[in-house]
Amino acid sequence: MNTTELISLLAIAVAAAAPIVIAAIGETITERVGVINLSADGVILLAGLGGFVAAQTTKNVWIGFVAAAIVGSLVALVVAFGAITLKQSQTAIGFVLALLCTDLSSFLGAPFVLTDAPRVPSWPLPLLSDIPYLGPILFHADAVVYFTYLLIGVSWFYFYKTRPGLLLRSVGEQPSAAFARGVPVIATRYLYTIVGGALVGIAGAAFTLDIKAGWTFRHVAGYGWIALSLVIFGGWNPLKVALGAYLFGITQSLLGKAQSVVTLIPSQVFPILPFVFMILVLMVSSGDLVDRMARLFPLGVRRALLRTLRATPPNSLGKPFEQD
Amino acid sequence: MRLEFRNIHKTFGQVHANNDVSFVVEAGTIHGLLGENGAGKSTLVKMLTGFISRDSGEILFDDKPVLIRTPVDGIRQGVGMLHQDPLDFPALTVLENFRAMAGGRWYTAADLRKLAAEFNFDLDPEEQAGNLTVGERQQIELLRLLALGVRTLVLDEPTTGISAHQKDQLFAAMRTLAGQGKSVIFVSHKLEDVEEVCDYATVMRRGGVVGSLPVAKGDDTLAARLVDMMFGRELALPSKPLTTTPTPALVLEDVVLEDERLSIHVPKFIAPCGEVIGLAGLEGSGQRLFILACAGVQAPSRGQIHLRAVNLTHKPYAAYQDAGVCYVPADRMREGLVPGLTIQEHVALRDGSGEFFLNTTAMQQGAERAIAEYKIRGTPTSFVERLSGGNQQRTQLALMPPDLKLILMEHPTRGLDIDSTIWIWKLLIDRCAQGATIMFASSDLDEIVQYSDRVLVFSGGQVSEPISTQGLTADRLGEMIGGKF
Repeated sequence: MNTTELISLLAIAVAAAAPIVIAAIGETITERVGVINLSADGVILLAGLGGFVAAQTTKNVWIGFVAAAIVGSLVALVVAFGAITLKQSQTAIGFVLALLCTDLSSFLGAPFVLTDAPRVPSWPLPLLSDIPYLGPILFHADAVVYFTYLLIGVSWFYFYKTRPGLLLRSVGEQPSAAFARGVPVIATRYLYTIVGGALVGIAGAAFTLDIKAGWTFRHVAGYGWIALSLVIFGGWNPLKVALGAYLFGITQSLLGKAQSVVTLIPSQVFPILPFVFMILVLMVSSGDLVDRMARLFPLGVRRALLRTLRATPPNSLGKPFEQD
Repeated sequence: MRLEFRNIHKTFGQVHANNDVSFVVEAGTIHGLLGENGAGKSTLVKMLTGFISRDSGEILFDDKPVLIRTPVDGIRQGVGMLHQDPLDFPALTVLENFRAMAGGRWYTAADLRKLAAEFNFDLDPEEQAGNLTVGERQQIELLRLLALGVRTLVLDEPTTGISAHQKDQLFAAMRTLAGQGKSVIFVSHKLEDVEEVCDYATVMRRGGVVGSLPVAKGDDTLAARLVDMMFGRELALPSKPLTTTPTPALVLEDVVLEDERLSIHVPKFIAPCGEVIGLAGLEGSGQRLFILACAGVQAPSRGQIHLRAVNLTHKPYAAYQDAGVCYVPADRMREGLVPGLTIQEHVALRDGSGEFFLNTTAMQQGAERAIAEYKIRGTPTSFVERLSGGNQQRTQLALMPPDLKLILMEHPTRGLDIDSTIWIWKLLIDRCAQGATIMFASSDLDEIVQYSDRVLVFSGGQVSEPISTQGLTADRLGEMIGGKF
């Protein structure tokens, strides 16, 4: 493989990871406020379809994204109502919605299979795309990919450098303590569950109008689950979550390449390897393997190492808030 | 600010938690609110701070009635509360804990350091709060409430689980605040704390006020009068008879214990049968590590553990249980008991044999025996999470198997009233008379001095030699915890 090929491979990987990054950060926001929205996999399909249909009907690709965001928010609203107001099991609600949305997308999407809709236009950024190596990899893409970069930075800054971000995290950690400090716990949870859902919806449109443009049955099934596990892998930190998504994208494209070169192994093996890789990564990052590895290091290094590697979920993740 | 409670009533279901409570807290004073568990102290202060609403009655600030329905209303009226279990965010940093407020100023690390320095608190703004001791987390909360400008400060059992030095710092801070004209309400069931720091004391019993009286320093009869008001009778602390049997029970040799924060070396330690060993030290100095190692829960990285001449080194937990070791964890609801199961189901868990079907009759009888013998307020089918703290602890003790060789406890009486405390120690002393060795960690130095034969002090990553409690005072022990062996 020569340099040009490698650059184009990485560029494809970065672009291919964009919808996963958007969905994973959306889910990170939702889980950081203490709500698990397991419906992501179905929502990506349903919102992807909604966006596809809206863009096709209006002939405007951006209206497609708005429609997808609305679909995502509406499903998130159902999750929020069930989880926050009715205090039902968030796992059950999310799971059922994931299945429902998937089947609904197949049912409603039947007339649109293999039809055409507008696509997000390519938009190389002036100046930035001229940077050697980095330019072609990162800035020779389109608005969706650039939006992803922005989202990573903004969500990290919002979480760790602003007051609303601190309050968001505080509600996910100890809602009773947050309430005592004047934070409207219920409203905050509704707000960020819906924002997170909207992002997952946008990820769906990013698939159907851009990265895997078009529509078929179960067009991009499976990516929602990947996004959910990336949230855990990334320890609920937007930067690490995004890093995980890009690693996933790069492995996927590298293996796609390997598929054509290595003929000894059946070709069906390659597409599933990234998933195996995900499982391994999750085992390392969320089990007590990290603790065991850390014991090999001296005390001082150990604490810093654990702080970076260990992924602790928000303390009240999945628990409804009860005020006495 | 002068504060008055006038004819406050509050009922929870059948229970009249506050029955016609009226008393006055003068501005610039520290007012102790005494009473045993369930006397209604917490209910009263939670109504003052807006965590729960009252059924009837009035609260007046400087003779003006105020309406406080949420904690935010409380803050707006200048009332702040330090909770018994810190109501904060362990996963966030010290600075983030200090900042997390829906409104008000956005504080910087410099603001926090400046305020901390005023009270001689040593807090690192970037440290994660969960890594700090309860006392330090309390200090963050205190500073935060002061930054908000509270004029009435409520402290609910603040001296539980903090070190002697932190207690001194806290009391100094309380006196400073009272000196600035703020009113301080100090909720406690510890007489010595109330005597030390309060100007007035009000005693509550079964939801009502028994009386208020001024606290004069050096008044010898005060303690007896307060106890009389709290319980309607005098209480005698049980004392532990000296152990004379030299038969060694637990022997540790050249043991090294490690976790992510510290590493402790115990060259040699022998605990004889029938002895009570107190483990003193700031929370997180290795007492828990020591207890977990002796319980067989966490294996030491080096060294040997023997119990009554049986080598238990690197044996599984089950081998320790078979050898007669019983570990009673501090966190009753997380590690000790199983929430969602009843008392009789706990009995079945303990007596669990190879049978497939549960023997309901035997379970019920076992539970009834335990309830009668340990005076647990509950029925065999009561869910353990519904019991009060004292009754949960009694249940834990009732579930201990007979004929134990080694009993390991963390904070055996934390959060319990004097009555339950005395009762639990009587039971434990009985166990010693039957030959069991007891080791317990506690942050209550008086408890350690009162009941231990010998004490191990954990400080700065080291363990002291065993120190006899003959002639040892809680003050001297406090100094040793501070690092002066």
